[in-house]
Amino acid sequence: MAPVAPRSGDAIFANVERVNAELFTLTYGAIVRQLLTDLEEVEEVNKQLDQMGYNIGIRLIDEFLAKSNVSRCVDFKETAEVIAKVGFKMFLGVTASVTNVDADGTCCSLILEDNPLVDFVELPDTCQGLYYCNILSGIIRGALEMVSMKTEVTWLHDMLRGDDVYELQVKLLKQVPEEYPYKDDE
Amino acid sequence: MQFFGGSEISPSPPAPTVSGNNAHMMYVFNRNGVCLLYREWNRPLHTLNAQQDHKLMFGLLFSLKSLTAKMDPTSAEKGNLGVPQLPGQGCSFHSFRTNTYKLSFMESPSGIKIILVTHPRTGDLRDSLKYIYNLYVEYVVKNPLYTPGTPIRCELFNTTLDQYVRGLG
Repeated sequence: MAPVAPRSGDAIFANVERVNAELFTLTYGAIVRQLLTDLEEVEEVNKQLDQMGYNIGIRLIDEFLAKSNVSRCVDFKETAEVIAKVGFKMFLGVTASVTNVDADGTCCSLILEDNPLVDFVELPDTCQGLYYCNILSGIIRGALEMVSMKTEVTWLHDMLRGDDVYELQVKLLKQVPEEYPYKDDE
Repeated sequence: MQFFGGSEISPSPPAPTVSGNNAHMMYVFNRNGVCLLYREWNRPLHTLNAQQDHKLMFGLLFSLKSLTAKMDPTSAEKGNLGVPQLPGQGCSFHSFRTNTYKLSFMESPSGIKIILVTHPRTGDLRDSLKYIYNLYVEYVVKNPLYTPGTPIRCELFNTTLDQYVRGLG
């Protein structure tokens, strides 16, 4: 049996049921709005969004792997490329680009020029510290953790704060090998 | 217009290789060795209690995987025997056959392991295991009330799985 070629992000995106983009954007907006009301502190909202993203990410990875036929990546740079070209396309309908790969290939940036989460959004003065899309960084962190990579994901640029692009920095902290989970005397 | 319909389960189920119900049992483990699912269709002999049985199966796969990687003549770079590997690393076996049964095995890069034990004359089940992985995604992972890492108690998944495995060669 020949190995199945990985599917492109476009092919998968074309084949899944989609929801109305506006409904999606507004639903996400409603969640952020509710969190702001419930938690009051912007910092807390950032944390909560990240945690929610993490919980999504640890599930999303299996759907991603099942539908894309992607197998293990050779290095971290390829991982970032796959997230940018296949992952973002498959789940958000946009693609990102990978830049600023550092010398040892453990840190790089994902640049998003088009971000469907932020249509209609303007940050008011009261929410200046808010990372509106913080759910995305949590998703990436959670998904990568499930494929044995501990990462740190931070926003470097945010268009809602006046930058030109959205830039997410993904930093590989360590790779966690699989270990035999039982003790011998159990 | 359907907004929240289920997405297609790809690939579509591969055609059965032989007809007849000859699956014995199936295991699903996660990356931490937790047995998420154990289904039994035809297993006259039980020698161990369920927990020991799961542990034995997981241990078998774990050792066999590192053994097969160690024996790989095509790759220059390999770990030492017993040294932990990243899931999906190196070469990996997908089935073995004894004179009384065949064990098919699939591991996703996220560490989900699916094991299907069938009649020894069953054909290649790699596509079928992949399809079962897709079922797991659709019926278990996407269920918001399922807590990841806990045993699967999901009627819909079990029924669909039973149906699919019964039709399997």
